[in-house]
Amino acid sequence: MTAPGHKIEEADPFARRTRIVALTLVALPASFLVALSFGTVPIAFSDVVLALFGGGDTSHSQLVVEQIRLPRALLAALVGALLGICGATTQGLFRNPLADPSLIGVTAGAAAGAAMMIFFAGNLSSLEGFFGLGLISSGAFVGGILTVLLVYSLATNQSGTSVSTMLLAGIAITAIAGGLTSLIEFFANNEMLRRISLWRMGGLEGANYQRVAVAASFAIIICTVLPRFSNALNALLLGESEARHLGVSVQRTKVMMVILVAAGVATSVALAGAIAFVGLIVPHIIRLMIGPDHRYLLPMSALGGAILLLLADATARALFAPIELPVGLVTALLGAPFFISLLRHRHEFGM
Amino acid sequence: MNLVCERFGMTILDIQQLSVAKPDSGRLGTVGAEAKHMLVDEVTCSVDAGEVLAVIGPNGAGKSTLIKALSGDLEYSGTATIQGLADTPVLRARQLAVLPQLSLLNFPYRVSEVVHLARIPHSTGRQRDDEIIDEVLELMDIGFLKNRLYTELSGGEKQRVQLARVLAQIWNAGDAPNGARLLLLDEPTTALDLGHQRDLMRAIQTFARQGVAVVMVLHDINLAARYADSMLALLCSQQIACGTVSEVVTEANIERLFGLKAEVIPHPQAGTPVVIGW
Repeated sequence: MTAPGHKIEEADPFARRTRIVALTLVALPASFLVALSFGTVPIAFSDVVLALFGGGDTSHSQLVVEQIRLPRALLAALVGALLGICGATTQGLFRNPLADPSLIGVTAGAAAGAAMMIFFAGNLSSLEGFFGLGLISSGAFVGGILTVLLVYSLATNQSGTSVSTMLLAGIAITAIAGGLTSLIEFFANNEMLRRISLWRMGGLEGANYQRVAVAASFAIIICTVLPRFSNALNALLLGESEARHLGVSVQRTKVMMVILVAAGVATSVALAGAIAFVGLIVPHIIRLMIGPDHRYLLPMSALGGAILLLLADATARALFAPIELPVGLVTALLGAPFFISLLRHRHEFGM
Repeated sequence: MNLVCERFGMTILDIQQLSVAKPDSGRLGTVGAEAKHMLVDEVTCSVDAGEVLAVIGPNGAGKSTLIKALSGDLEYSGTATIQGLADTPVLRARQLAVLPQLSLLNFPYRVSEVVHLARIPHSTGRQRDDEIIDEVLELMDIGFLKNRLYTELSGGEKQRVQLARVLAQIWNAGDAPNGARLLLLDEPTTALDLGHQRDLMRAIQTFARQGVAVVMVLHDINLAARYADSMLALLCSQQIACGTVSEVVTEANIERLFGLKAEVIPHPQAGTPVVIGW
């Protein structure tokens, strides 16, 4: 219901969409700048720009930007983009705006994989340095993918994959993976316990160019392939048989979506831990603003996810500097209230 | 849209002894008296281009199952030949459009976007698609809803939008391979008021006259008798009558179908049978 006094109809309902797309395209470099500028040592925007585009001297700020903040900002943007676009896809696939990519078990599986790595590799005391981080990441990635494969095979029979069974299987497998993680935590010593729980909060402090390269290659593949399924996802919102009657290869679409979402989320969890809420709220916010058309929703969710995570990480570093909060805490603590306020004012967005 | 008169009389859909078995009947087969439970049992019927076939019968008679079998959602035995049906799903979608009984859509698309989904199997270009959408919305008399959000519409409005969507899917004979088009509708009038029921039936009739074969499940016998060209009556999975409206709508058939002693009189203007049930 529209409150009295509200304007009901714009002349062109899609004019707003064009405006918001333009605004987002401006907001991305802006938030990138903010992420590079904020931190323990604040660096002026002008110095950031100088450091990025070669001011000439190898000043302190240039070193900080190049070696610490740039890889971190890039990783934040890429992970955010992955979570955003995967979230939008999951919500379309499940025909449920409240679905989250973690529903198919990938996050819990990744957490279990990471916990296992911390526990067993911790005994080998080989956790220090890059190798240890790489090991945990691989454990998370493998754990996430294996869990999704299990969920997927549980929900698939000769007549195809049932999305609702997948949802239920995802919940069950998530519970099992969660139990496994708790079991490991129970037997873990204090050091491991802290490591596991910090990992689960999600953080970008391990950022380096190697990780950026991994995230970038996955993000490029996923962000170019997923939008090819925009029309299929649009049709799927009508229902599966309706989509089939529109000539969509429903089973193929579902398989591709599950593979890509699993790979995307597993990558992001492996590189940055379990960052809560981004995959859920970003597509939701974007949908409230521009509508559910996946041709716009998918790329815009990627952009929105990148912006949100860049700003959240800047906040995480600047809020209690020099202490850095895990970015997952910030997305949950700041993202959720923002989302709630959006829900309460959604009529102003024509929803 | 130009009339494709020469196609009149061409059989678009030819159903021969179509049967659909209950999915579980194999497993439960030992207990029941009848060996197999059929949801649709040996239906034989045909629909020509430009013709509207109404499927009538009591609840659970197998009407929706028949529609699902024809639309390819359910496996069946026997044959259902759709004239010149293409092999690929995309080309098939340009010939065959289906309106299910229930719509699950709960995302806030604008009405124009919902109708636009129908153009996914086509590659006619944005401009032509927009024209078609305007034409369909006009035929369905819902042009004023064009920019409204689907989720905010009433049940009847949603139903008209969904019907507009399936019409837009097979709007042009030229888009369909070999021009044959079939429209399957499962209870398109349930949520509509009296006036809109009539408008919708007229719109469907107009659309059919472009050379489209239409099969629709209807509960309102009088509506069906007034606007359909032929009728198929199902009772307990079986076909008890198939033919012209006056052949099917008889006092004997109505009593058999619905257990109702009704009177059948001719419509004062159209002469089509009218059932007076109470």
